Amino acid sequence: MKNVNSMQLAFANDLFTIKQKQKMEMINITIDNKPLQVEKGQTILKAARAAGIEIPTLCYYELDGVKLENRPGGCRVCVVEVEGRKNLAPACATEVMEGMVVHTHSLRVVNSRRTVVELILSDHPSDCLVCSKSGNCELQSLAQKLGVRDIPYQGAQSTYRKDMSPAIIRDIDKCVMCRRCETVCNVWQTVGALSAVNRGFEAVVATAFEQDLVKSPCTMCGQCIMACPVGALSEVDNTRQVITAISDPKKTVVVQTAPAVRVALGEEFGMEPGTIVTGKMAAALRRMGFDYIFDTDFAADLTIMEEGTELLGRIDKFMKGDKSVKLPILTSCCPGWVNFFETNYPDMLDVPSTAKSPQQMFGAVAKNYWANKLGIKREDMVVVSIMPCVAKKFECQRDEFKENSNPDVDFALTTRELAELIRQFNIDFDTLPEEDFDQPLGVSTGAAVIFGATGGVIEAATRTAYEIFTGKKLEKVDFKELRGLEGVREAVVDFNGTPIHLGIAHGLANARKLLDQVRTGECQFHAIEVMACPGGCIGGAGQPFHHGNFDIIKKRYDAIYREDAGKPIRKSHENPFIQELYKEWLGQPCGELSHHLLHTHYFDKSNHIEIEG
Amino acid sequence: MAKIKLSECKINKIKEICASFGNKPGEAINVLHKVQGEFGYLPAEVQDVIAQELKVSTAHIYGIVTFYSFFTMLPKGEFPISVCMGTACYVRGAEKVLDEFKRELNLTVGETSEDGKFSLNCLRCVGACGLAPVVLIGDKVYGRLTPDGVKDILNEYRK
Repeated sequence: MKNVNSMQLAFANDLFTIKQKQKMEMINITIDNKPLQVEKGQTILKAARAAGIEIPTLCYYELDGVKLENRPGGCRVCVVEVEGRKNLAPACATEVMEGMVVHTHSLRVVNSRRTVVELILSDHPSDCLVCSKSGNCELQSLAQKLGVRDIPYQGAQSTYRKDMSPAIIRDIDKCVMCRRCETVCNVWQTVGALSAVNRGFEAVVATAFEQDLVKSPCTMCGQCIMACPVGALSEVDNTRQVITAISDPKKTVVVQTAPAVRVALGEEFGMEPGTIVTGKMAAALRRMGFDYIFDTDFAADLTIMEEGTELLGRIDKFMKGDKSVKLPILTSCCPGWVNFFETNYPDMLDVPSTAKSPQQMFGAVAKNYWANKLGIKREDMVVVSIMPCVAKKFECQRDEFKENSNPDVDFALTTRELAELIRQFNIDFDTLPEEDFDQPLGVSTGAAVIFGATGGVIEAATRTAYEIFTGKKLEKVDFKELRGLEGVREAVVDFNGTPIHLGIAHGLANARKLLDQVRTGECQFHAIEVMACPGGCIGGAGQPFHHGNFDIIKKRYDAIYREDAGKPIRKSHENPFIQELYKEWLGQPCGELSHHLLHTHYFDKSNHIEIEG
Repeated sequence: MAKIKLSECKINKIKEICASFGNKPGEAINVLHKVQGEFGYLPAEVQDVIAQELKVSTAHIYGIVTFYSFFTMLPKGEFPISVCMGTACYVRGAEKVLDEFKRELNLTVGETSEDGKFSLNCLRCVGACGLAPVVLIGDKVYGRLTPDGVKDILNEYRK
């Protein structure tokens, strides 16, 4: 297998690094009496952190693995004293200079920093006891750290209506105007739902015309929640509905867990990031009283059967000269991404795969096949999904995924909500034994696990499509050229003489780059995989908070591939229960029943300009 | 998302203005200034078109419009009333005059009457301090105004 594009890229990167090193100029500064040699052009904050000196921050946010930085220099929490300078300097926005002498915790700095936090707190509700962010709030920990025991400034507090969407809650009273959400929404996602509006005390981060989030171009990706240092942005809490369903004897409650959850859930219980807790998670769900512990991974294998067949069908038609066929095929697993192309690429709605996401495929199988097998009505079955994602909450409420207003998936909980439930049920997660999922909808392959990481869906599809396309057995299932955390990746995979061009993007700004090339015909791909969140679902907005620490995402990423490598079966089409499902019920991939139950269609959600008559 | 409804000639005018600034996102303020000069105000649909032309989000344009007090999303009345609140006018009772306009028209500052006839605004110094307090209605200047005179003036326009 050759991979020309990434080799070229690697070469270009090397050249870039060499040039950077030549340019890099070192200067001498002193921070807290410690003489340091630091790179010119850096900020005081970065130079200090590199030297192990911590300066507290609030509005500053960095996700270095994907080159995302929010640096408005607005909150003034990171102020430091620079000798020879009259006023205090914000460390996040001040460049180091030769001979600079910096004090990060002089009396003046400490007093000023505390005053800044006291002022922020004077316009912040103090309902920490019942705030969903409590324990994970950066303002709360800052106040603790700085020893704030009193809020001396009392005055008017700004108030704003609460905005409830199916996935995200905006409680702007808690907003500290750090603008981290705005940067993520505009720079990393290019969604443009949020902007600072109004002025002075009235200033808020809001949508255009301050409409509800559902009426804005918001994709519900929820990365704003991940960026928010406080509780101004949070996910809709569905835990109570799930507890009610579990305790209702008339309901059969089926749970499915997404691949990325098992490599992150442990963090909520103090485990090292990247700890794989698949078995403990299954055990916890069983103790909580779910009737069937199934796996979204099963549906991921099913997705590969459907999406892979669809891809090969399109390639086959294309090679036979059918010019109407749409290539590349775009993956459709990520609900944030689906919302994004429905809003921004309404002219290309026939390009993405029509395959439903694994969550929704699972719901369709559970409420049609499994309910039938159990001899119960679909209304008596409740399907709960555990997702690393908040957009899944929106997805499961889409009308096309309901039958007689009964949804295929009733509730989508985030990884964080599952952790909350486990705590509520007094389950000691640490001491749980490793248990298995239930059969048959809990059995999956390594190909399904990697759906949780960027590049994983396309690798899983490649493993199956290769064998079907070439009729040969794939000896080496690891496609290393499809892996990595670069925002946009391209690779060519050799299907026994036929080069298959694949594109991968994580983050919607990166997806936009690829999509724009496809729209203009500049780039010819056979398939493109898109995930909205950094690193894929492992960096999803439903996961434990990483507070900008990209190493956590990297560790989850490695864990996903470790889980894959440890699986006895690593190709979706070899999953015996998938084979059984087709034999017993579905017939053929992309057959009539699949078409009806496992595929969907998309809607134009763009902002049209209509000419008035 | 709402569908934008605007007449073709309005859309073309907005596009023309955007193009005259090279459709550059950095020219947003100038574009908004010119478009407001053309239409008198910046309704949501107009901001949507500007955002599309400049390839920025509508939220960003709305952010600019709400930040600068010069920009307005409300249409001005047929007879825009501006009460000078500059120092000289203020000390000679501009506020009482303003209150009388508010009472008489049942409007707050920045609003336009339902029939579209009057809109009420404040401004700072028109350079006619000798006539303080001063009120402008359209281009016409009214000086040495007292609250008692407000009703008579409005009646001139109510006909």
